[in-house]
Amino acid sequence: MGTVKQSLLATFLTVATLLGAAAAPVAAGPVAAAPAAADDNDAATRASRWQALQKALFGGRSMHDGAGIVKLDAPPRALDAALVPITVDLSTVKPIKGVYVVIDNNPSPLAAHFIFGPKADPHSLKMRVRVDAYTDMHAIAESQDGQLFVATRFVKASGGCSAPAGSDDAAALADIGRMKLHLIGDFVAGKPDQAVLMVRHPNFNGMQMNQITRFYTPPRFIRTIDATYEGGSIFHLDSDISMSTDPVITFGFVPKAKGQLKVVVKDSKDATFDHSFDIPGSGAASGNAAAASRAPGA
Amino acid sequence: MRRCWNTIARLAHAVNLDLTHACPRVYSMYVATTRLLTRREALLAATCFIGVRAGAQKRVEEARALVTEEVATGIHIRRGVDEDVTAHNEDGIANIGFIVGRDAVAVMDPGGSLIDGHRLRATIRRITQLPIKYVVMSHVHPDHVFGAPAFQIDNPQFVGHARLPRALALRGDFYRKRLENALGKEHAGGVVAPTLPVQDHAEIDLGGRVLALTAHGIAHTDCDLSVLDRNTGTLLAADLLFVKRVPSLDGSLRGWLKELAALESVSARRAVPGHGPTGVDWPSGAKDLERYLGTLLRETKEAIRKGMDLEAAVGTVAQSERSRWALFDDYNGHNVTQAFKELEWEQ
Repeated sequence: MGTVKQSLLATFLTVATLLGAAAAPVAAGPVAAAPAAADDNDAATRASRWQALQKALFGGRSMHDGAGIVKLDAPPRALDAALVPITVDLSTVKPIKGVYVVIDNNPSPLAAHFIFGPKADPHSLKMRVRVDAYTDMHAIAESQDGQLFVATRFVKASGGCSAPAGSDDAAALADIGRMKLHLIGDFVAGKPDQAVLMVRHPNFNGMQMNQITRFYTPPRFIRTIDATYEGGSIFHLDSDISMSTDPVITFGFVPKAKGQLKVVVKDSKDATFDHSFDIPGSGAASGNAAAASRAPGA
Repeated sequence: MRRCWNTIARLAHAVNLDLTHACPRVYSMYVATTRLLTRREALLAATCFIGVRAGAQKRVEEARALVTEEVATGIHIRRGVDEDVTAHNEDGIANIGFIVGRDAVAVMDPGGSLIDGHRLRATIRRITQLPIKYVVMSHVHPDHVFGAPAFQIDNPQFVGHARLPRALALRGDFYRKRLENALGKEHAGGVVAPTLPVQDHAEIDLGGRVLALTAHGIAHTDCDLSVLDRNTGTLLAADLLFVKRVPSLDGSLRGWLKELAALESVSARRAVPGHGPTGVDWPSGAKDLERYLGTLLRETKEAIRKGMDLEAAVGTVAQSERSRWALFDDYNGHNVTQAFKELEWEQ
């Protein structure tokens, strides 16, 4: 895990350097929610930014048009900059190893890197992200044979009152690490299903000393999430401050007649939260709530 | 040397010169630091003052006054337009105004941009020369408070909820950048740190007129402050009350319903909403908002119970309210998002 994160951070630092953005290393101390150039709206600027990101994150590996392989859905106007729901759909044409989500104009552009395990049904992923400005967003699928396929969306942050910043106030921390999980479809043993995982976490990006108000707050955000089913990996996620507060992730897997889905979350303060859910849940009141929490103290 | 500045400011007032507008270099010097002016700066200020004296009348006209309505004796309110910020409306989209006492003036709110703030100040000076002792900032949103720098020249107490400084620190830069994109750097304004934080309750006295301030629990935002003028039974609710313009939820849906219920029992005969008409009867003026928030709560809970995801919920929840509010399509989806993320953790 450590090496994966280190490499993620290393690429991020390279990105920051390459772009000359006002980005700060997320793991090195308090950072400001440095809004990346909000006016970078014209196609040429966006294209050159993506070129630089491609080079920094993927070392200039060639990237194929994702049509028919990967599809990215996001609202054209973000209703809430702090919570933008996105969907990545993957085809069955090629076996997929993992998915990257890049939000070009965010201070930390690489929002997520999913690596699918043997227990995954990697056809669809949903998550909620922060969007700092008008930005291109990219979903890159990596096939088992090492090819990259990209899908693009342009998103406008809007809504008079929303700001992407999170908070680490007492209310946000009171419930940290609590998790919920439910299945979307009716449970049928051996049939692929989608699960919705909810994690209580401020995913707070920290704040530099504010010269006017004198506030200073260290960051606290989720670094990794591991989901396993009966001991085999569904996915490993490397994450960052671009994920929303209280992340919600929808993913696919194939449940058996009876089994346990375990989730382990690690954050930037080295706190670990884990929960186990029985699939199907014994007390499932409705067809949708087919999971029961087995977490101590939950 | 601080006295030197004050003298210049008083002189400017005396000739009805808006120094902040007419002499921006001195003004920015003043705003940028809270230290005393050096002799050199004071000299520069004086020179600048003399230099612009001739053009003073013309410049005052530039900071044209706002159209305000006296909703109760001594309470003047400008009705904000039911739009989002544009270069044309200068972010004058919120209801803002001021209260005149025997000895002093209190502003609430200072306006949506520096230019909006200057105009409010010019309006005040047409009506009274009493000192502006308090600038009340009702909450963190830029359409209410980004005009605050226009009042720094008056050296008032900047009043806000105890949680306001934190909220401004978290969001101020984001708001400023967005406002600068819309209005240009010179007109946008910005954050002024509150000097008088309110925890629970406080009072300010304008001379024969005591204003009761209440710092609310998380509702419209996490830092809402309301003002009650007992003399006239007028509640200045700011964005705890929306009328005709669709509300925007940025705090807690359950919290807002709770605070609204508490406000309805306040003994006021009229209220000034943060958006909408300058005054409504109270508490009957809360009914539309209460109905909207109640619908949002009920239907979002129902969507979650049915296993609907957020993307689907934003298109279906509270649609029965659509024809009743201005800007419904611009904010309802945002409100559903807020409600959804609050309520999905309950049960």
